[in-house]
Amino acid sequence: MTAALLSLSGVSLAFAGNTVLQNVDFQVAEGAVVSLIGPNGAGKTSLFNCITGFYKPQTGTITFDGQALLKLKPHRVTAAGIARTFQNVRLFREMTVMQNVMSGMHCRTRSGAIAAILGLPSQRAEEAAIREACDDCLRFVGVTPDEYDRIATTLAYGHQRRVEIARALATQPKLLLLDEPAAGLNAGEKQELIALIRRIRDERGISVLLIEHDMGLVMQVSERISVLDHGAMIADGTAREIQANPKVIEAYLGQEDAEAELDF
Amino acid sequence: MSQHDSVTTRLSARIAAQFQTPAVRWGGIALILVFLAVLPAVFGQYATVIMTNALLYVVLALGLNVVVGFAGLLDLGYAAFFAVGAYTIGILTLEFGVNFWLALPCAVVGAAIAGVIIGGPTLRLRSDYLAIVTLGFGEIVRFSARNLAITGKASGLSGIGQPWLFGWHIATPTDFYYVFCGLAIGAVIVSLRLEDSRLGRAWLYVRHDEDVAEAMGINRVAVKLAAYVIGAIFAAIGGAFFAANLGAISPESFSFTQSVLILMAVILGGMGKIPGVILGAFIVILGPELLRNLGELRLMVFAVMLLLIMLFRPSGIWPKRGTRS
Repeated sequence: MTAALLSLSGVSLAFAGNTVLQNVDFQVAEGAVVSLIGPNGAGKTSLFNCITGFYKPQTGTITFDGQALLKLKPHRVTAAGIARTFQNVRLFREMTVMQNVMSGMHCRTRSGAIAAILGLPSQRAEEAAIREACDDCLRFVGVTPDEYDRIATTLAYGHQRRVEIARALATQPKLLLLDEPAAGLNAGEKQELIALIRRIRDERGISVLLIEHDMGLVMQVSERISVLDHGAMIADGTAREIQANPKVIEAYLGQEDAEAELDF
Repeated sequence: MSQHDSVTTRLSARIAAQFQTPAVRWGGIALILVFLAVLPAVFGQYATVIMTNALLYVVLALGLNVVVGFAGLLDLGYAAFFAVGAYTIGILTLEFGVNFWLALPCAVVGAAIAGVIIGGPTLRLRSDYLAIVTLGFGEIVRFSARNLAITGKASGLSGIGQPWLFGWHIATPTDFYYVFCGLAIGAVIVSLRLEDSRLGRAWLYVRHDEDVAEAMGINRVAVKLAAYVIGAIFAAIGGAFFAANLGAISPESFSFTQSVLILMAVILGGMGKIPGVILGAFIVILGPELLRNLGELRLMVFAVMLLLIMLFRPSGIWPKRGTRS
């Protein structure tokens, strides 16, 4: 097994006395596709927010690519190489598809106000490079150039999700966090998503960590699965191991949410 | 009302669409430049002085537009930066005998520092708190100017010299009119270039969704601070030439009302829309002048007009950018 790209150790998070995460140990290996599953309210998105710097865990360490993340602000985490999408698609409203994706390139480019005001050749070259890189990301996820100038939020939902992934790819990450990427997609779109996740890893060499409720997708796409319940990591293993784990079955059967049922 | 609304929207959208064809746009720009060039000769001294004031407001409104329109930060004390520019020129040229052109960069640096001082600690706040802090800052600057000996207390500074530029003594109202034409055109170009740049986009992202912008790797505090400093520099340059033009400045030129007037130009025209903001600046200054023959009633009529505009076009006079959907 290759070295861990992302490593969480003893991470605990509480809001006003309510424990959200307790003593979580968790790893994502370089080049892996890992899923994080668990019933609603288990703390999956909170874990994402800890990794990306939006929440500050009270204890524990988070190491990414040899760098301690815990003291970094969200934009520094992104610069370090972690990109994310959101549970409910959060594209910039009233902006075009291209403008949305261009936001991802911000942390990889330099030009400031003076270069822009003077219209320096370096600034113009950089602008062109930004567009080229974004075009590349959009094509990669399957958005065609005729959609670039459309207001992003007017696209079909499935395409909005793709634009959001393209925007995350534009930050040139080493690790991509996808928060319920299949939510609201139909069966065909889910198959395309599985193929896209594999291409992200195989063609771009980006490790993927996803939160997902769709067990079919999780079982197909992930090499390892971690299960979070009530803020604690209760299991970790391959799809087969997870399916057979009595603690996992109990965690899911113990609650009534149909959405989260394990339909193997 | 809704029917009326759609009619005005469609009409203004059509006008804006006209502006998007290059031929019409360049023709329009050429026409405006010719108009600006011949205005003093055609309309006489009085109109020239009023237009000079309007052009100053174009510079100020475009500067505030960077802060309010681009970055989405409410600033109720913008006149303070205008004051910093004007007083820096006044003090340096009068007390220290510094040449105007050397004092000008000092005014710019002074305003930028003021922008950092006020912005640094407060930009982490949400915009309503920021509004209160900037309001306070505006008043502090004005009260300081009124009480410090170096700023000439309540009577202000007078006898500020008129600058020379490569053998051209900028002295008459017409001279200053052309200077302000140049400043306004410069402000428009700078605004347009900033809007279509990496920084300009970052402002939009932060304005629309701070959290997502941050998740995309944008340092929101740094980006907002840049808006603040750039806005302050616009105001300082405006203030510097304002001081040189009038030759005298007093604290009352930099009151809260002044800040509100500039903000009104920005909101009226349509925040973040450069042609709209220019139009807003002209309306705010020329409106009361055009209504002058109404006598006592003119400010009231003007106020009602502003209310009506806001009622029918709450997002400003200028229509939204034409984007395919």
